[in-house]
Amino acid sequence: MTETTFTPPTRFAIPGRIAVTHQGANVWQTATLTEIRRETPRAATFRFAVPAWVGHVPGQHLQLRLTAEDGYRAQRHYSLASAPDDSGHIELTLDHVEGGEVSGWFHGEARPGDRVEVRGPVSGFFAWPGDRPALLIGAGSGVVPLMSMVRHHRARGLGVPLRLLVSARSPEELIYAREYGAETTPVFTRSAPPGTPVGRIAAAHLEPVLAEAPPGGWEAYVCGSNAFAEHASRLLVAAGQPVDRIRIERFG
Amino acid sequence: MNVTRGFTGRPRVHRPGLPPGQYDAGDDWPVLSAEVTPDLAPADWTFRVDGLVEEPRTWNWEQAHALPGSVYEGDIHCVTSWSKFGVRFGGVSLDAFLAAVRPLPTATHAVAYSHTGYTTNLPLTDLTGGKAWIAFSHDGRPLAPEHGGPARLLVPHLYFWKSAKWIAGLKLLDHDEPGFWEQNGYHARGNPWEEQRYSGD
Repeated sequence: MTETTFTPPTRFAIPGRIAVTHQGANVWQTATLTEIRRETPRAATFRFAVPAWVGHVPGQHLQLRLTAEDGYRAQRHYSLASAPDDSGHIELTLDHVEGGEVSGWFHGEARPGDRVEVRGPVSGFFAWPGDRPALLIGAGSGVVPLMSMVRHHRARGLGVPLRLLVSARSPEELIYAREYGAETTPVFTRSAPPGTPVGRIAAAHLEPVLAEAPPGGWEAYVCGSNAFAEHASRLLVAAGQPVDRIRIERFG
Repeated sequence: MNVTRGFTGRPRVHRPGLPPGQYDAGDDWPVLSAEVTPDLAPADWTFRVDGLVEEPRTWNWEQAHALPGSVYEGDIHCVTSWSKFGVRFGGVSLDAFLAAVRPLPTATHAVAYSHTGYTTNLPLTDLTGGKAWIAFSHDGRPLAPEHGGPARLLVPHLYFWKSAKWIAGLKLLDHDEPGFWEQNGYHARGNPWEEQRYSGD
């Protein structure tokens, strides 16, 4: 007896947004650092030349590794910040993590011309090809994969609705502050410009966006620390967003 | 070897038990799940084993706790490269559940599924012989919801995405069937010691 394909009885089980091609996922390749741009006191964007990059979809990530002279290797997963393009370059935006082994090297040591190894892109779950209305909610460096989506939306002149709610401690710590447009609502948790309230993302931020949902509703993408992801995803559910239309990327 | 200029890594001692490409997360226990954490009370939790078995069965919280208790003390390894040493989970060996349903000789694999609908696939041999648990507690306390409470699958010898949170059941099959992350590019088995991270590794 051969069982037919198993389907779980419950609601989540969201399929990946894109079919994953395994091209690129298994092959380490050299990425050469070409530019470093400071974003905030704690975060910077690192641009790499990766001539054989197979391309990615916004929301995907890559695996990156550094090798010490004694052969020791450290590897991490990072979301891609850049929109897909044919420039032969990709960008990552990294926080300087206190005591961070890899982020410490990037923020303290790295300079243009340095070489690291990357492989990817990987995972099709958090990807957004630009086909469905997207409600993006991020905090801190959780905005990185969401910015890839916003940039993709702009670069391609996509007409599909896109909204971004981004939370930061203060205007100084808002990553990509200069790039946001009418699609974006920044929320500040510690200090804000005069006249702007201070506080976490709340139901009052979500309700108007959900109330003006396009036909078929939003596909929600939540990215940030676990505490933020828990908070934002619960707010979404409470405001009526179906759980099977919420994709979460947690930065552990 | 492609040495990264200026990279030395953290001061380190050889840590036995750390698979290649992993680092010791210390006291941290990062949370990684793609879905909204469900509000799942113990009274609403059930665990079912069916598919290629002689006698499909569903346990509720009390019935599962009536089975002999079993503890896992050891390490866990996440594909995102952190490992956590010396964790202690309390629960029930999966062998106890499987003994009750009696798998058919044709059963070779299982799909584990969660109350959220998350799925992951495992060879049956990775679930039997004292290698897998249904875990209810961590460090003597009820398992936190964000870590899969009230009950999660625990298969500590594989990458932790195999240890499905909010476990709802196992369906035994005569073939391998990719689950949620496996359909998204992750490896079918996920052995940390062989760095089976992505499909094709």
